[in-house]
Amino acid sequence: MSDQHHHHPAGTCSQADNAELARYVPRFEQMARDHGLSFYPVDFELVPNTFMMEVAVYGLPVRMPHWSFGVRYIYQYVQHRMGNSRIFEVVFPGDPNRAYLVDSNALAENTLVTAHVLGHADFSRNNSLFHRMQHEVGYHIVEQAAARAQRIQSAIEQHGPERVEATLDAALALEQHIDVNQPLHRAPYPEMLPAETERPPRDAFEARFRDLPGEQRPAGREARRAQIPPHPEYDLLWFIARYAPELEDWERDIFLAVREESFYFYPVFACQIMNEGWASYWHARLLREADFLSGETYLDAIKTHSDVVRPYGGDQAVALSVNPYHLGFCLWERIIEDQGLDRALQIRAEEDDFSFIRNHLDQDLARDLKLFNYTRRPGAGGEERYILRDRKLEDLREGILQPKFNYGAPRVCATRVSPNGNLTLTHDHRSDGRGLDLMRARKVLDYIYRVWRRPVMLETVDHAGERKIVENSRQG
Amino acid sequence: MARDDRTEISSSASQHRWYELFSRGARDWLRHNQKVRDAVREQLPDLVAGADILSRPGGRTVQVPVRFLEHYRFRLRDQHQRGGVGQGPGEAGDVFRRGQPGGGEGEGGAGGSGEGEVRFVLELQVDDIVDWLWEELQLPDLKPRTTDALTDEDLVREGWDRRGPRARLDRRRTLREAIKRRTVRPEQPAFTDEDLRYRQLARRKHPAVNAVVAFVLDVSASMDAGRRKLAKAFFFWATQGLRRQYGNLETVFVAHTNEAWEFDEESFFQVTATGGTVASSAFRLVRDIFADRYPPAHYNQYVFYASDGDNFADDRQAAESLLLELAGQVNFMGLVETPQNRFESSRSETGRLFKALEARNHPVGSFTVHGDADIWEAIRAFFQRQAAA
Repeated sequence: MSDQHHHHPAGTCSQADNAELARYVPRFEQMARDHGLSFYPVDFELVPNTFMMEVAVYGLPVRMPHWSFGVRYIYQYVQHRMGNSRIFEVVFPGDPNRAYLVDSNALAENTLVTAHVLGHADFSRNNSLFHRMQHEVGYHIVEQAAARAQRIQSAIEQHGPERVEATLDAALALEQHIDVNQPLHRAPYPEMLPAETERPPRDAFEARFRDLPGEQRPAGREARRAQIPPHPEYDLLWFIARYAPELEDWERDIFLAVREESFYFYPVFACQIMNEGWASYWHARLLREADFLSGETYLDAIKTHSDVVRPYGGDQAVALSVNPYHLGFCLWERIIEDQGLDRALQIRAEEDDFSFIRNHLDQDLARDLKLFNYTRRPGAGGEERYILRDRKLEDLREGILQPKFNYGAPRVCATRVSPNGNLTLTHDHRSDGRGLDLMRARKVLDYIYRVWRRPVMLETVDHAGERKIVENSRQG
Repeated sequence: MARDDRTEISSSASQHRWYELFSRGARDWLRHNQKVRDAVREQLPDLVAGADILSRPGGRTVQVPVRFLEHYRFRLRDQHQRGGVGQGPGEAGDVFRRGQPGGGEGEGGAGGSGEGEVRFVLELQVDDIVDWLWEELQLPDLKPRTTDALTDEDLVREGWDRRGPRARLDRRRTLREAIKRRTVRPEQPAFTDEDLRYRQLARRKHPAVNAVVAFVLDVSASMDAGRRKLAKAFFFWATQGLRRQYGNLETVFVAHTNEAWEFDEESFFQVTATGGTVASSAFRLVRDIFADRYPPAHYNQYVFYASDGDNFADDRQAAESLLLELAGQVNFMGLVETPQNRFESSRSETGRLFKALEARNHPVGSFTVHGDADIWEAIRAFFQRQAAA
């Protein structure tokens, strides 16, 4: 949970507050269970703000080093120092869940956060996408990621920081390029295509012709080496890890580490609106129903709630993006009001953001939330203008989901490895509606080249829709 | 699933403060900065040729504004128009701008477009820059003149001896001797007097490493701010290059119109004057200063003259004879020509004088500089000619 826009001078969660908070936890847990929520145990830990910022940047408490995290860290740090961003909580689903709270936040804030975390814990245990991915990557991601970071550290000692960095440049650049519909642990492609005893007839005529007396059966094909990849492969991390001609074991290890973490992050990404909305719904409800909270704590906590769960522009002003906490919260409130809690529990188990928005964001809610579609246009003098286009429901839904397709990345797949090892990637520009940014594409190919070690090229289209080949810049 | 009621909330990270001992964010940020430095280094000639960085001539650092590095990913090409979903009141056709009251912030989605627009300032040591540049431009080191007249004496280390004063005992060498001996005869004692080695000193003559460079600037009305900036950038980098070679580099600043004056570095570039152009006045002043304070027997002498090339025609004779005189004693004399237009170069009055001397194998050269981009060509040309001379 984070608050992008407000800063409050926060009281510190003292030792006594800490004990108080510890007393609330089991009571919130009991209340949540009474409502039908279920979750793996949650380990709460109070940490300093700096820790929180890093967790927010790295995605995990301990993760591999890479300079790009440093850039994000500085942005986060600057935002934090300017008072524009506050992180209240981070929770890592697993068994147990690991939840981190900020030690400098006030008791009321951490009380709200505790209830919020229970909502997440329920969601991650019961949502089918979370469940599948958790099952794939195991239930101890924090420890596993730390162990991987350790292995990468020893790779740095053994092979030098530059080589490890080059590998991470490539692997992290392709972070989103996994195939979430395939299992984490995939078998390699079959090496040989099975022999065909007989070629099937082309048409009915040929079938009858073959049966004429004296006609020879056409020879079938012998078993032959399968082409790699046998079909367009969208899991680039896996493909490179498995088929790069000269990849060393430690490099493969890094690619698979990044890939595994990417599988882990996927449900968080693909269910963000649902998940944050669900947790916000439950913190609001548990706080409201908690008779053990003092009036003051309750009021302070609800104030925090209304700072976080609200449109970015407030009630009256215009915002050019939609706060997922607020959108999700309103959707869940509406669903529970109209269809009952049991139905809501079912939806949280079965859906992800795509179906959630398409099934449940209706005309009434869109109107109440004052959602609109806009077009951004560069105006005179470089200043950008945002023109309110309409409030059409279908476009609203797709507009909200648009950044979430394909893990937020263009659809790029591996299509061919030539006999001398050259790799061809293909951009599915038809699905994406336009071509790639060519400069960046070339830079990414340069990253890939350092691990693939043979020429790498990519097919996309240019601004005019004409076929365009991008090649890595270091041919050699 | 009921849990023990004694729920505990750990706060060991804050209590033990172990966390503050290492910050991964800061570590990776430093690595980023190192990469920026490397990247800056690669394009340094372009960055520092822009004369703006010379705004602090006294300082030993320059500040270079740089962008954050981008970790590239596949991304769709930018569209002229882009759509999005917002929230709030309004009618179709309403126009919003960012930063307006009520205009929201925060771009949704990954890779916020704000990145890359933030800049920060990298402070670089001038000495580092010069080293990088010399590597990058593959510039040769300068050759000090090696005439007999131009010598200093110095004590230099030369070889080892088994006897010598205690202060010159070379411990490393001694230890090596002991190890060598014991490898052959392991039963012998650890150290003997035979192992001791002392450094020997010898008196050697070596070429003087003193140098003086005279910068001569034509400040007549035709030299406008842009031309002076170019001259200044050239002078700055030429000084840095010379300083790299000579431990002791003196500088002389002379400006002239129809007469010439000596200035200190600070005011040199601020000087404005009106008047005609009589180059010989400056050459005469340089000759006198050299004779007075920097005799050729003890100094490697360099002269750089920045001008748009104009000179009064009736000054030709005086200028020519003075230039000839200087050419006979200096290591190198260069004309940095900032002509009025691109096609005028080296046909100018002064340009012809320098060309004539160059043709007669004097250590003289002229470089035409139209813009920032030409400065490195000029610097390179100068250092290569000088090394070859």
